[in-house]
Amino acid sequence: MRSVIDIPDLSLDELKELIDVAMDIIANPQKYAEACHGKKLATLFFEPSTRTRMSFEAAMYELGGNVISVTGAGTSSAAKGESMADTAKTVSCYADIIAVRHPKEGSAYVMAQNATIPVINGGDGGHSHPTQTLADLLTIYREKGRFEGLTIGLCGDLKFGRTVHSLIQAMSRYNGNKFVLISPEELKVPSYVKKDVLQQRGIPYEQTTDLEGAMPQLDILYMTRVQRERFFNEEDYLRLKDSYILNMEKLKNAKPDLAILHPLPRVNEISVAVDNDPRACYFKQVLNGKYMRMALILKLLKEAQNEH
Amino acid sequence: MNIDSIHNGIVIDHITAGKGMKLYELLGLDKLDCSVAIIKNVHSGKLGKKDIIKIDADIPVDVDVIGFVDPGATVNIIKDEKLSEKRNIEMPNRLVNVIKCKNPRCITSTEQELDHIFKLTDRANNVYRCLYCETKAN
Repeated sequence: MRSVIDIPDLSLDELKELIDVAMDIIANPQKYAEACHGKKLATLFFEPSTRTRMSFEAAMYELGGNVISVTGAGTSSAAKGESMADTAKTVSCYADIIAVRHPKEGSAYVMAQNATIPVINGGDGGHSHPTQTLADLLTIYREKGRFEGLTIGLCGDLKFGRTVHSLIQAMSRYNGNKFVLISPEELKVPSYVKKDVLQQRGIPYEQTTDLEGAMPQLDILYMTRVQRERFFNEEDYLRLKDSYILNMEKLKNAKPDLAILHPLPRVNEISVAVDNDPRACYFKQVLNGKYMRMALILKLLKEAQNEH
Repeated sequence: MNIDSIHNGIVIDHITAGKGMKLYELLGLDKLDCSVAIIKNVHSGKLGKKDIIKIDADIPVDVDVIGFVDPGATVNIIKDEKLSEKRNIEMPNRLVNVIKCKNPRCITSTEQELDHIFKLTDRANNVYRCLYCETKAN
């Protein structure tokens, strides 16, 4: 059964297909209003989430389908010690497709291995969050009209930020892109991402701690939050959490058509004043996430139907 | 230093010096009743120094484990004090329940029934990663 656990699970052709479907959904929402009539999405969220769960649920409702859900490990059989494998087999009896979020890395893979219906990874700890990357890609496409020849700045927590690793992986598959990695020393992109993705594919990149210095060359600035839940040590979190705060002053040398993205939630790393700047795209990104989840649900349900 | 030759058994030779003990542990040789010798830092024309393991019994040896720890090692099967077979060692594409993932955030840390599986992701540099969380094996 086809599932999507990580961005490389989707080929470039499939990404294009998802973008095309999402664009068609935006243009003709009525055409899709009953596309998933009679189908059920199970949202299994074992970790706090607002936008990802709501986005999946809104996506399914807008496709004319229904949603059944579990939120929080404490309210599910996981609290009684049920394994991921058993949960996957059980939920497969109730629903047609699963969206899962779980704090443990690799959890979505285990669920996909045991489910008899498609599984979409809605975030497995610090490992992967492919539908956020789909939201990022549609935003880049709608703002820039292309995926090639862009200088992409990634700023903040580049070590634990799973969306950062996925976006690097996704955008390095297109020609002519360059990355500027902006972070404190302690939160630099892990060496395996640089080695296995950037260096292996010969993608140009630079590392810096200076956001303002990097600003003039950027076409896209992807801001991230320093995530408390990824630290074992509270002291380290407090020391690093305010490393980069984007405000209007820091944007003064930015390109007029810069696109500022952020996977949200924001704490204080983007000043509220920036929200009114036309270059701020992070709330458009939220909406784009819903469209891409709609496109992905449609694709996986169609493929599952063809398998039967 | 003299170690008796073996009648029927296995000699794991050309082990990179220092890796003999790791192989001994991962192959579970501590659980055997027969004689097992680990000889460390033996002079070697090819390697300078090497480790050797001699097992005085014809037991099945997991060549995947040897391929993971030290793909340059050789396995010689001894019968009636003579070399009867020389096995080539290759790096396995998958390792199942040989080592455990050390990432405390990995799903294998809580789901006890899961096999610990690692896949070979970089043959040139002998890099294995956890199938679930992609953490590099040490």
